[in-house]
Amino acid sequence: MRMSNRKKGNIIIFLFLTVLGTFMILPIYLAFVMSFKPVEELFVFPPKLYTLNPTFRNFSDMFEELSKSLKVPFSRYIFNSVFVSITATLLQCITSSMGAFVLAKCNFPAKKIINKIIVIALLYQSNVIYIMQYIVMSKLNMINTYWALILPLISSPMSLFLMKQSISQMPDSVIEAGKIDGANLFRICWQIIIPNQKPALMTVIIFAFQSSWNMQSGSFIYKENLKTLPTVIQQITASGISKTGISAAGSVFILLPPLIIFIAVRKNVVETMAHSGISG
Amino acid sequence: MNISGKIKEIKRCRECYFMLMPFMLFFIIFTVIPVIMSVPVAFTDFNMIEYPKFIGLDNFKNLFLNDKIFIKSIRVTLVFAVVTGPLSYILCFMLAWFINQLPKSLHNIFMIIFYAPSMANIYTIWQLIFSGDRYGYFNSILINLGITFSPVQWLTDSRYVLGVVVAVQLWISLGAGFLAFSAGLKNIDVLYYEAGAVEGISNRWQELFYITLPSMKPYLLFAGVIQIVSSFTAGAVAQNIAGFPSTDYKAHTIMTHAYDYGWIRYEMGYASAICVVLFIAMYIADRLLNKVLNQES
Repeated sequence: MRMSNRKKGNIIIFLFLTVLGTFMILPIYLAFVMSFKPVEELFVFPPKLYTLNPTFRNFSDMFEELSKSLKVPFSRYIFNSVFVSITATLLQCITSSMGAFVLAKCNFPAKKIINKIIVIALLYQSNVIYIMQYIVMSKLNMINTYWALILPLISSPMSLFLMKQSISQMPDSVIEAGKIDGANLFRICWQIIIPNQKPALMTVIIFAFQSSWNMQSGSFIYKENLKTLPTVIQQITASGISKTGISAAGSVFILLPPLIIFIAVRKNVVETMAHSGISG
Repeated sequence: MNISGKIKEIKRCRECYFMLMPFMLFFIIFTVIPVIMSVPVAFTDFNMIEYPKFIGLDNFKNLFLNDKIFIKSIRVTLVFAVVTGPLSYILCFMLAWFINQLPKSLHNIFMIIFYAPSMANIYTIWQLIFSGDRYGYFNSILINLGITFSPVQWLTDSRYVLGVVVAVQLWISLGAGFLAFSAGLKNIDVLYYEAGAVEGISNRWQELFYITLPSMKPYLLFAGVIQIVSSFTAGAVAQNIAGFPSTDYKAHTIMTHAYDYGWIRYEMGYASAICVVLFIAMYIADRLLNKVLNQES
């Protein structure tokens, strides 16, 4: 009796999630459809949920016309985005791995207060400090350089926090064993701890990549040849309805890399987030 | 401990500090300094070119007494903080919990479907869906169903714009908090549920209140922090789909106001004052969340 109630409940849950999920995925589906629609199909009444003559025109237009009008080849924006995201992600992995290891497993003066500050700092990530960061960056003469895109992303309290929670699950005996073997902390971190932290590392990678890939850098960068994809796509979107197809193609183009990475590393992410709780 | 003992202790741990340094260096420059610096700058008149001029409390006085748009923006931000934030928080939890009840293969598919929107910057599509002519998807559905006869200006009519922005904000809000909940739910030991069944817990709602929620407290805190951040600093969605400024400032948040003074007018002193107000509001919200969650356990 109880089992069958539960099964009935599961079916209701499944139906509910399917309906809601359809609404959630619909805009993304539309973005894909739009990006493959020829111009004459973009504005018809009533608007269609599919396309009769799919075309790559929007994508090729995106590459060609934009290069002409903005005087920088579109591939340059792609390079900027890829270069910035990969560099920032890699550096973020390195800084948060070492920092998290020390904060999770070593005892030293000021450790407690640093841990506290980092939990508070979780609040002040994202666009809330962009304006203040801008003042700092302009004092350091970093406006209009790659530095302005990469350096602020190197230290992420969220990545450090997630890594720390995950590393503190490892037994201390592993570290003691390393010390007996004569390894210093640096080697223990990189040769013993981090190789066992693949899920946490993958989580840091997906979050770091997402935030750097999607970053709107318009305020830090004015030089056309240093701009990244989201900034340029936003400019197209703002330039009006005539560019609708191109800007849909652009949105899809931006969405794909993080989506693919997320699908690939999803399992690891869930495993790491299992340690994300803030205690106390 | 005396000072020389402390110095010895610090020397002994120099390896730790050395490994922490790369993180701390950039953390201090790009997070700690910006947050702390906002306070002194808020008391100045500063345009980035001339040396900042100390003007006491003038920025704050102007904000709260003379700036009608700021007062409006507080109201809009409160809508995000009090309505969108908690709603999205509950939605994150409920969806994660529902998904967790299903078999594994379905579980994975739903995870991707619900998380994907938080990665998607597809403002163009939203503009098309809520476009004010008949070609807008939403209008065309309403007209076809006979609910309205003429297209509604969803993004420019001051009556609707905030509602649309809130809906889109909810759509993109199933992010890290949702993932944390999913992970936390998966992590609860099956033994607890088995023990619960022995104690007489008979359906999943009882399970939820007596077993699941109490063991989810740390995740509730983490997801809460993320929710505070995203709802207090909402603004990007409105700016991208409803334009800047939105009609009648109906979707103008505190964040948008700071953006306006910081990057368009270059009045950094005033922008800092706005940020300080926001920082304090977020800190208070965070303390409240801590209090509420700690009380309940």
